[in-house]
Amino acid sequence: MALLHIIPYNTKIDFVKLRVVSFAISIIIVLATVFSLSTKGINYGIDFLGGYIFEVRLKEKPDVHQLREKLGNLGFGEVAIQTFGDDQDVLIRLERKEESDDAQQKVLSTVKSALGADVEYRRVETIGPKVGNDLVKNGIKAVAFALLAMLLYIALRFEWQFAVCAIIALIHDSIAILGLFTVFGLEFKETAIIAILITAGYSINDTIVIFDRIRENIRKFKKMPMNELINKSVNETLSRTMLTASTTLLAVLALYFFGGNVISEFSLPILIGIIIGSFSSICLAAPLLTYLNVKRGEGSDGKKGKASLSGDANTDVIRR
Amino acid sequence: MIRIARWKVILTTLVCCGGILFSLPNIVSEAQVKSFPEWLQKTVNLGLELRGGSHLQLEIDLKTVQKDLLTSMLDEVRTSLRKQQIGYTDLKVAMQSDAQTPAITFTLREPEKAGDAQKALAKIDPDWRVQIKADSIDLKNVQKGEVVMSQEAVAKRNKLIIEQSIEVVRRRVDESGTKEPIIQAQGVDRIILQLPGISDPGEVKRLLGKTAKLTFRAVDENVSNVAIDASGKPMGQVPPGTEILAEVERRGDKEMSRYVAVKKQVMVSGDALVDAQVTMNQNGQPAVSLKFNSAGGRKFAEMSKDYLKKQFAIVLDNQVISAPVFQEVIPDGNGQISGHFTIKEAHELALLLRAGALPAPLKIIEERTVGPSLGADSIKDGQRATILAFILIAVFMILNYSLFGAFADIALVFNMVLLFAALSLLQATLTLPGIAAIALTMGMAVDANVLIYERIKEEIRNGLRPIAAIEAGYNRAMTTIIDSNLTTLIGAAVLFEFGTGSIRGFAVNLALGILISMFTAIALTKLVVAKWYGHKNRSSLPI
Repeated sequence: MALLHIIPYNTKIDFVKLRVVSFAISIIIVLATVFSLSTKGINYGIDFLGGYIFEVRLKEKPDVHQLREKLGNLGFGEVAIQTFGDDQDVLIRLERKEESDDAQQKVLSTVKSALGADVEYRRVETIGPKVGNDLVKNGIKAVAFALLAMLLYIALRFEWQFAVCAIIALIHDSIAILGLFTVFGLEFKETAIIAILITAGYSINDTIVIFDRIRENIRKFKKMPMNELINKSVNETLSRTMLTASTTLLAVLALYFFGGNVISEFSLPILIGIIIGSFSSICLAAPLLTYLNVKRGEGSDGKKGKASLSGDANTDVIRR
Repeated sequence: MIRIARWKVILTTLVCCGGILFSLPNIVSEAQVKSFPEWLQKTVNLGLELRGGSHLQLEIDLKTVQKDLLTSMLDEVRTSLRKQQIGYTDLKVAMQSDAQTPAITFTLREPEKAGDAQKALAKIDPDWRVQIKADSIDLKNVQKGEVVMSQEAVAKRNKLIIEQSIEVVRRRVDESGTKEPIIQAQGVDRIILQLPGISDPGEVKRLLGKTAKLTFRAVDENVSNVAIDASGKPMGQVPPGTEILAEVERRGDKEMSRYVAVKKQVMVSGDALVDAQVTMNQNGQPAVSLKFNSAGGRKFAEMSKDYLKKQFAIVLDNQVISAPVFQEVIPDGNGQISGHFTIKEAHELALLLRAGALPAPLKIIEERTVGPSLGADSIKDGQRATILAFILIAVFMILNYSLFGAFADIALVFNMVLLFAALSLLQATLTLPGIAAIALTMGMAVDANVLIYERIKEEIRNGLRPIAAIEAGYNRAMTTIIDSNLTTLIGAAVLFEFGTGSIRGFAVNLALGILISMFTAIALTKLVVAKWYGHKNRSSLPI
């Protein structure tokens, strides 16, 4: 009936066998991130470092070179100037040097007088380095506790093996997003933490849907070898994984292309994060289970399990 | 037919109607909202980055205040030691050895009097922690003393300081005429100040830099007409050494102003005041106790003698905060103001007195200002992206699941409606990441439907009849939906607990989105599917 059949069903992809490839990809991503972190580091935004941001709209198209010279000569160190949106919009960033209140106000007034009167100030931000430090600490704490709480819940609802695999996948996702920031030198702001959280939330959702099916199949097919069972479960849920990834990606794409500056910048890591999250659920979390000895119930044959499926679907709520 | 319990049908319908009702104030014009009954006037709060305005984060310099407090206590230590005839040198306020907390330190001239000194000082204040010990193991005959406040006292004091600082900030912001400011404490030593609609916070910042100035002055009883005309000029004759100041009294929500003729000469200045606390007078009524340092106490005693049975004025920043009458001579610098105070009023007066006595320096450590044009642009862009996201998802669902996709789209519409209703009722603040979270919620909200529909398709492939497949789809997808959503909800709850600012706002949006999507995707779509299925005997499903 449906008009669209882009998402196949009845797939029989051997994800467990392909784990050699997927693990290799993940290890490369993690190693690249670690390498980039130790050599390039993270391009922290002023949210974290402290500093100044001026977003101004000029009356006419600015001469960036001239503007850079004018502001560079003020003696506030490195000045980053960037035009965007309508060509009249300019983003100016200054790093913070001094702590004192007076110095802060001086920078504000000097830059303002250098830019002249014919400017509309769309956004002005001044952030002390202390605020940034707190932000990092709170952000890391929040993410760590959130991961821990989810780990506990999964361990309670499933077996501990599932929790371990889910968390490995989650940590992998967080590292991969961090890698996106460090390898491509994207500016790391407070919203980047939210992007990591969204990715983590999406990924855990995805992983649990697959784990749920594995748990169900473990009960149903008590004699089926684990590798085969995991493959079956991942393939059965593959259409759902792809569909949900598609709808979410559609939403993020809309944000990326039409959400305006700030939202657009924020959407890019989420866009990548959803792809990574789906990948890690299918190709990492599920195949990883083969390495941990998941407890199986005492075996009977599979056919019986299947019969009981249509059995309890015909419950008393249904009448024809 | 698919049977759904009657109470579920009623509840689902009610929730959807409620959602439409409570999201309504967000769509109609402001004037129309005003005509609604009061319980229906709540709308989503727009964050500063969306409506334009200034966000300031202030840090209170608690260490400096503590040091000032100890400095004012030096007097008492000095007096007490002298009274006991204990010789000392080098009495001062210094940073303790850990360089974190300030303390009063001194060295005893006669080491053998260590015990006496300990006893005498410990008696002064139960909150003091007195320690007298040898400077080092080699120099047993050099006894050094250290007085600090107990940790509980410091914590209590810090709380009071934050309270008084917020009060001072509130007064300063009111002075600048800013409408609807939001002032709140954050952490142990921060204040968040939000000023909607302010695109240049220079004036407010200048006022914030001003420290509170407290003075004790005499009231000029010779001025007969103390009223003030519309232009702020006094109506009657005022001698050159006198000025007319307003006394603002807040009773409940009402502010009442009256005027007092106050002499310009300062009798005692606020820095002589050491402390002000709420107490009970001998009749058991709330009162405010005043405690001056020794020099200030002497001046205050003199003042009370000169103006016995007469009114005096306590002035904070050119505003009279209290104008009591000296009932008796106050010899020792410990006075008490009583009147017809409620506990709350006494508390407020004490707060203002402390604010003037121990002004806490404020430092602006963060400042974000968004002009109105950028805010408006952000809203426009956010709206456009969200609507586009909705259309894309809606079309995609119909392409994939035809009629059942349309059912899911109905649920998606109500998902948005209910989300806005919930955000309005909770008076949650919508921020820029919040808009993104809404668009994302849409993407993830259809997930529950995708799970159910995929399951139904699977059951049909397994040979189940349509009606059984629908029931099986809903039943079996349920555990998956609950497990996956509960995990995310737990994550959101933790983020709310430990996160700050925009992370917290994001957590609220996420949690609401998940809860609502569970309702719309499961309960609502099932209702729609059941209605559509009716009494017919269908052989296949448009899915």
